[in-house]
Amino acid sequence: MVTTLDSVDVVTVGVGWTGGIIAAECAKQGLQVVGLERGRERGTEDFSIVHDEYRYAIRYELMQDLSRETITFRNSRDQRALPMRQMGSFLLGEHLGGAGTHWNGQTWRFLPYDFEIKTMTDEKYGPGKLPEEYTIQDWGITYDELEPYFDKFEKVAGISGEDANPFAGQRSSDYPTPPMKKTPLLQRFETATTNLGYSPFMLPSANLSEPYENPDGQQINACQYCGFCERFGCEYGAKTSPEITVVPAARETGNYNITFNANVVEVLKEGDRVTGVRYIDTVTFEEFIQPAEVVVLTSYVMNNAKLLMVSDIGEMYDPETGNGTLGKNYAYQILPGASGFFEEQMNTFMGAGALGMSIDDFNGDNFDHSDLDFIHGASFSMTQTGSRPIATNPVPPDTPSWGADFKRASIENYTRTLNVGGQGASMPHRDNYMTLDSTYRDIYGVPLLQLTYNFTDQDRALHSYLTERAAEIMQEMGAQTVVGGNPISDYDIVPYQTTHNTGGTIMGAEPETSVVNNYLQHWDYENLFVVGAGNFAHNGGYNPTGTVGALAYRCADGVIQYSQNGGSLV
Amino acid sequence: MANNDKGSKNYSRRDFLKTSGIATGALIGGGVIGGLIGANAGQNGASPTSPDGPPNQTNEQETGSAGGVRGLQFFRNNAEFEILAQATERIFPEDDLGPGAIGLGVPYFIDGQLAGAYGENSKEYMQPPFFEGETTQGYQSRLRRNEMFRQGLEIMQREAQSRFDANFVDLEGEQMDEILTAFQENEIEMKGVSSLFFFRLLRQATLNGAYADPIYGGNQNMEGWRMKNFPGHQPAYINEIESEDFVEIEPQSLGQQH
Repeated sequence: MVTTLDSVDVVTVGVGWTGGIIAAECAKQGLQVVGLERGRERGTEDFSIVHDEYRYAIRYELMQDLSRETITFRNSRDQRALPMRQMGSFLLGEHLGGAGTHWNGQTWRFLPYDFEIKTMTDEKYGPGKLPEEYTIQDWGITYDELEPYFDKFEKVAGISGEDANPFAGQRSSDYPTPPMKKTPLLQRFETATTNLGYSPFMLPSANLSEPYENPDGQQINACQYCGFCERFGCEYGAKTSPEITVVPAARETGNYNITFNANVVEVLKEGDRVTGVRYIDTVTFEEFIQPAEVVVLTSYVMNNAKLLMVSDIGEMYDPETGNGTLGKNYAYQILPGASGFFEEQMNTFMGAGALGMSIDDFNGDNFDHSDLDFIHGASFSMTQTGSRPIATNPVPPDTPSWGADFKRASIENYTRTLNVGGQGASMPHRDNYMTLDSTYRDIYGVPLLQLTYNFTDQDRALHSYLTERAAEIMQEMGAQTVVGGNPISDYDIVPYQTTHNTGGTIMGAEPETSVVNNYLQHWDYENLFVVGAGNFAHNGGYNPTGTVGALAYRCADGVIQYSQNGGSLV
Repeated sequence: MANNDKGSKNYSRRDFLKTSGIATGALIGGGVIGGLIGANAGQNGASPTSPDGPPNQTNEQETGSAGGVRGLQFFRNNAEFEILAQATERIFPEDDLGPGAIGLGVPYFIDGQLAGAYGENSKEYMQPPFFEGETTQGYQSRLRRNEMFRQGLEIMQREAQSRFDANFVDLEGEQMDEILTAFQENEIEMKGVSSLFFFRLLRQATLNGAYADPIYGGNQNMEGWRMKNFPGHQPAYINEIESEDFVEIEPQSLGQQH
């Protein structure tokens, strides 16, 4: 039996950054909003005993319960896709705040180049710089069009930073709070990169440098540098998260309700409109229909794509023909870098998730690619996020992985190792895509999302070139031994790499090449919006959340305009 | 520090000490050793096949185990538990830096984990069908982690018998290493899982137990943290993070909050 609830103006599927932003903006305009969150309520009060590496970082306390739902994966179409039975390469979030609770807080704006990558690459290097199986395309929006939304997100989040990156897009205002502390370890990176002729700057951070009240009236506290950010929640309310900003802002309007334990399994539709969603109570397994004037998919990349697929909304991407858009342009991130082993002990166990310095000299098209066989690049950062002892066991090359020599070397180097890491852009490829799995299902009986993904020649070239640059920086920092990252071969879903998955529900200028328009409004169903990193037509050289936040504010504008006037927004 | 009662107990039992070449006096965390020895401390007859009951032991010096009581939650006899203890000690041995896996209570940590959500794969997708898959596709076994451990330890004992005609726990350290290396090199036949996969699981579980907060029963007296100069649970470093010098801080467990 299915219970049909009273209709609302807007329903969001998932309550993390995007769901919280849509809710706050729409509720402030008087729209009645319901957020359906499959996880539980949670907040700062739940994090008083969070300094527990084993429970949170190793056993993934805050992450998705894969016994209920996972994805399947294969490297290529000639392999059998198999379930991701345990978490590894990326960590899917769950519960109120989603991944916005356990993120590190590194908050970037993608480069102007990112949004017009196809046009700008062709203009500078001529068409065919990359072979045609790399399906790069413009995003249907420019940096300048998105700038007001970046500005808004940064003000709501109180981002701590300095306007000192010569390669960044034009800013309409400075960062709301000053940068974090430039610690002695960061100064080493600053000196080394300056000596090499680069332009270091403090990494924009959502771990705030000072207490801050945002424009919605929400208070964010000052970071205490405790060293437990990524994979943890913040016990100080000092790492900006949806549950301490946009969610309470939405609730204070009186126009917002969140239903917990509500796992949406289908977007309902009639003709050319969606009518609401069907969800299952994860505790009782009762089914409900939540009718709504506007449906906004605000869950993670994979789940947004999956819901469209199981609801038969849009044309599935076909890697044989290149036709269809849903599931197309899945991208990840390429991680060049170098480790340095030093003689002296350093305070590597202290830190904050977004405490770092960066250079953008090798990001985007900030350097000449004429003689290189790849495009784009990476931001390089040295972060001091707080190394913890279970996960941090650095050993020099040729050290055994266990036994007496391992023990000695891993203990000695725990406080004597620094890393320079690049977040490398990931260009989409014809063969990297998402679809529905035909064998495996979640516990609600819905097919799992199937991911087909492997690294490409572009990725390998980018990784190899930039790893050399990282090693040069580490050398200049005075490391006794410098070890560059191993060359990449096949993508492996086992070791953790990054939770910066993108694509599958990409935005663009035409319905033939994208799932949503530049208001994140679905091309075929005008009262359906899909927002998140799934909208990225490729992945850039930064953490995605700043750009996701900007897209969510853009989307909220779209939902409000649509609610007033109807019709296509473009 | 937990080495305040050394010498008050008999730690000379060769089953434990010869394997890592450690001197009696270097042992820390006597409760663990005592627990393993159980009522037979000082006797030479407690082989892995001896019918010792669960090795419960009270030791008021220990932190991390409620009331100082230790016991087994998953393993059913001392024999398999002692094999686990010796294997973890080879992976993370006692040395001049400090205790090894046994001294840190790692075997008890692993035993407790195997009895709970970790061992039962509660948060893993365990629905069929199962296929072997590529290495890049990760965990594809129908076995739960605790089944892998039980099987792996049985096979360690079998390998000890077939290679050296002895119990695993009576082997010289190098002989144990030879068997562990064979697991790591994927040369051992296991059912439903590769020996390399099991070895990685065992290695990681050992590190987990060495460095997790003592509330989980390993990292006895925070000695794992002390060796590494990790201060554990500290509320803030805002007053230290700009220091040019390395700052040594006495570690703190979450357990001390209660």
